[in-house]
This record gives sequence, C-alpha cells and structure tokens, in this order.
Amino acid sequence: MPQVPSASVLVQRHSLVTRLTHWINVLALLVLLTSGLQIFNAHPALYWGNTSTFAKPWVAMVAMERGGQPVGITKIGPAMFETTGVLGFSGDQVRGFPAWTTLPTYRSLADGRRWHFFFAWLFVLNGLVYLSANIAGGHVRRDLLPGRDQLKPSHLLAEIADHARLKFAKGEAARRYNALQKLTYLAVIFVLLPMMVATGLSMSPGMNAAWPWLPELFGGRQSARTFHFLSASLIVLFVVVHVLMVLVSSPLNSLRSMITGRFAIRQGEV
Amino acid sequence: MPATRRRWLSGLAAATAGAMLSACDKLTMNSGVQMTLARAEGLTRRAQRLVANRTALATEFAEHQISPDFRANGSTAPGDLEYRALVESGFADWRLVIDGLVDRPLSLSLAELRAQPARTQITRHDCVEGWSAIGKWTGARLGPLLDKAGLKDEARYLVFHCADTLDPNAPEGLARYYESIDLIDAFHPQTILAYDMNGAPLAVKHGAPTRLRVERQLGYKHAKYVMRIEAVADFAHLGGGKGGFWEDRGYEWYAGI
Repeated sequence: MPQVPSASVLVQRHSLVTRLTHWINVLALLVLLTSGLQIFNAHPALYWGNTSTFAKPWVAMVAMERGGQPVGITKIGPAMFETTGVLGFSGDQVRGFPAWTTLPTYRSLADGRRWHFFFAWLFVLNGLVYLSANIAGGHVRRDLLPGRDQLKPSHLLAEIADHARLKFAKGEAARRYNALQKLTYLAVIFVLLPMMVATGLSMSPGMNAAWPWLPELFGGRQSARTFHFLSASLIVLFVVVHVLMVLVSSPLNSLRSMITGRFAIRQGEV
Repeated sequence: MPATRRRWLSGLAAATAGAMLSACDKLTMNSGVQMTLARAEGLTRRAQRLVANRTALATEFAEHQISPDFRANGSTAPGDLEYRALVESGFADWRLVIDGLVDRPLSLSLAELRAQPARTQITRHDCVEGWSAIGKWTGARLGPLLDKAGLKDEARYLVFHCADTLDPNAPEGLARYYESIDLIDAFHPQTILAYDMNGAPLAVKHGAPTRLRVERQLGYKHAKYVMRIEAVADFAHLGGGKGGFWEDRGYEWYAGI
C-alpha cells in the first residue's frame, strides 16, 4: 500500500539579512582563521601577561632532532606531545601549523597580515549589520533568547539526552530552536565573536595608546594573544559541531533555509 | 563502502583541496588582489587616528616589569665596514645628520645628541611576529630636534637611513635598512632617538649608538643604527618606494596594528 505522505508546509525561517550575513561570515571567518594561523606561525608560542617569557611559553610548537630525523613537538605547560607532520614540523619544514591550514600555504607573514586585516574589517562591518538588524528587528529576543519553559533543568536535561541520541525536534516543535541551540548561538554571537575583535584590537600598539584599558582587561598584550587563539579554537569547535548537527538532523532542509529562507515543517508529526 | 570507491573518493577530495589551496596562493600573488587587500591599511590608519588623540601615549610600565630577555631582531651585528669602524672607535667619529627639507641641516656627535632635550620611558616593544618585551629607553626627543633644524613646509615624512645591510643579496637601494614616519608620529612626545636601554648605552644588537622609538607602532618601524634623518615630501624615490625595508617586502607602512 502506498504510504500517505504527511503534509509539509514551508515556513519562513531566516530573514534576508541573516542569510546574507551568515554566508559573508562563513567566508570572513575562513579567511581570518587561515590567515591567522599564517600569522601565528611567525612565532608559534603563547604566553601570559604583558611580555613574552621566551624560555617558558605556556604553549609552543617546535622542531627537534631525534636520531638525525626532525620531529615536531607541541608543548602545553609541562606536557610534551610528538606532533610530527601536523604541528612543529610538517612537509619537510619547521612550522607551527601545516601548509594546508594557512593562507597562503607558503610562509609569508606579510601576506597573512594583508588577508587578515582586510577580512577583519569585513567581519566587523558584517557583524554590525547582523546585530543592528536583528536586535532592532526583534530576531534576537524572539528567536534566540530561550523561553522560560526551555530553561527548566528538567527540560534542559531532556534536551541533552535527546541530543546524545541524535533525536531532533519534529513537526510544530521544530518551529523554534531548542534551548541548547539558542544558548550556543548566543554564546557565539555575544561572547566569542566580540572576544575575537576585542583581543585582536588589544594586540595593536596603535589601539594600545587609544584604549590602554583594553589589553589590561585581558591581563596584558600576550594574554590577549593567548585569548585570541583560545577563542578562535572555540569557534572552530562550534563550527565543527554546528555542521555535524546540520548533517545529522536535516541537512537539505537546513541548508535550504539558510539560502532561500524557507524551512519545511512536517505537519501531523510529533 | 568498497575499498576502490573509498580510494577514489578520498583521491577526489584531496585533488579538490589541493586545487583550492593553489587557487588561494594564486589569489595571494595576484597584484589586483594585493592592491584591494592593501586598502584596509588606509582604513585602519584613519580609524586609529580617529579614536586616538595625536598625543595619546603608549602605556608605560614600572621598572620591575622590564624584560630580562629582550630579544633583538633584524640586524644584530652589522658587517658593514663603515659601521664596524664606528664600533671600534666607540662611535667617536659618528655623526647624526638631519637634512633634506630643512632650513638648517644638523650634524650631531653622540655627545651632542646626549645633550638634547631627552625623555625616559618604559614601554612595550611589539614585534610583528607576535612577541612582546618591555624595555626602558632614554633618548633625544625627535620633535625639538626637528624644530632646531626647521622643517620646510613641503616636508611630510622623515626617512631614517641606517648603517646596516640586512639583505646583502638584494639589488642596490633595497639592501640597506631604512624606515619612515609621518609628522604626527615624529612630533609625538614618546618618539625619541634612544641611546640608552635599561640604564646602559645601547648595545650593538639593539642598534647602537641610537635607534628610533616610535611607540605606537610595531617593532620594524623602530629603525636601529640610525645615521641620517632626511625630511622628504614623499618617499616614492627611495628604495622600493614603499617607505621602508620591510614595507618594500609587503609589510604595511602604517604599523599601528
């Protein structure tokens, strides 16, 4: 017997501003990450405080020689890991991150900086468009702030259990984001992305004279550089989970909603 | 998935990734792309000058924060014969020349430079590579020196000609270190020609007998081994035309970021 298809309706999920700024952001963050790793490779070590304590960075990627062979070593605090081929030494070169992760692939701090600062402006202006449109338009309040019902511990626990079993909302419940999704988006939009800008500006000697309190806020310029690296790592982690969630939930429907704005809701499903 | 299909798919993925990476490199080397990306520099300079007062000071630190391991970059022991001779004579014959678009060109001995209006500051040196170190600098303030020489109206930039050849393989005019700054930075109170570092005469590796300190910009602007300061209307005719040794190699002229 042929199955009766459940009726599905297309709802408007993402506004034009959200869709445009989302994809511009994808491009900007990709260039910022890869050019950022190029810049990091000029001195692949991290410190805390105002200055670099060259003898004891808290993170460092170095090359050493063992039995006539170069090996890549990553140090994190007192721990040392062999990371040949990825960190410290890769592609027959002494380098922090490997060629395939940096823009350009060859070593060029000057080019890395060019890409980084151009796309930093694009990222900031794009972010301002997103924020002004979506705060004024009510998208943040309406769709991103979790509802009171969603914040109950029992509800949050149930959501965590659902996520762990890759069980996603269907039907009417899929009309709004779940609480974990909302909290994650809020943390990325209002904590991690602004953190990238603030820690980035903290590394600028020109901005240091304009706003001396900014690097102080992070405990000094080298601490700000460390936080810049850590926030970027958390954004990479977010993107990985975000893309995985799209793939395991409803890849085509989600992708379409971020392109055309329309998201299909199956009616009659619970 | 059968092994052959998996091999085929991963081969395809690797080829696609490789093509994308080489496309990124080609884009980077494209002069149109370079020119577009370089436009951000002007925007950055104007934005920073908008939020920072002309005389806003770079943060100054306390004695106990001075780095015990201040790193030296660029030339650390110039092999240039003229410079070697100066080092051997304890800079007895060294003269600092200030000329170009000035009314009264100056030629100062080290003792005369040390007698000029001076400033001491403990500041953080930020290398373009990413590291920082704090040092205490004493030197002659550039502003009063320029007033003494009398800048002509056409003067827009100051070019610092240095004694060290940093790239011996480069063609004539590109081998020796030089730098340039505009008048806003030249007259900034913290802009000095430092001759003492951490209470002792500047060591050779840090630019003896004097180096520029222009505290609101990155390390490569702080020219070492300064021999001559030339006031110019523009710097297109010097070196590679970009206003500095590293600028000629793709780094920003405005190094406030």
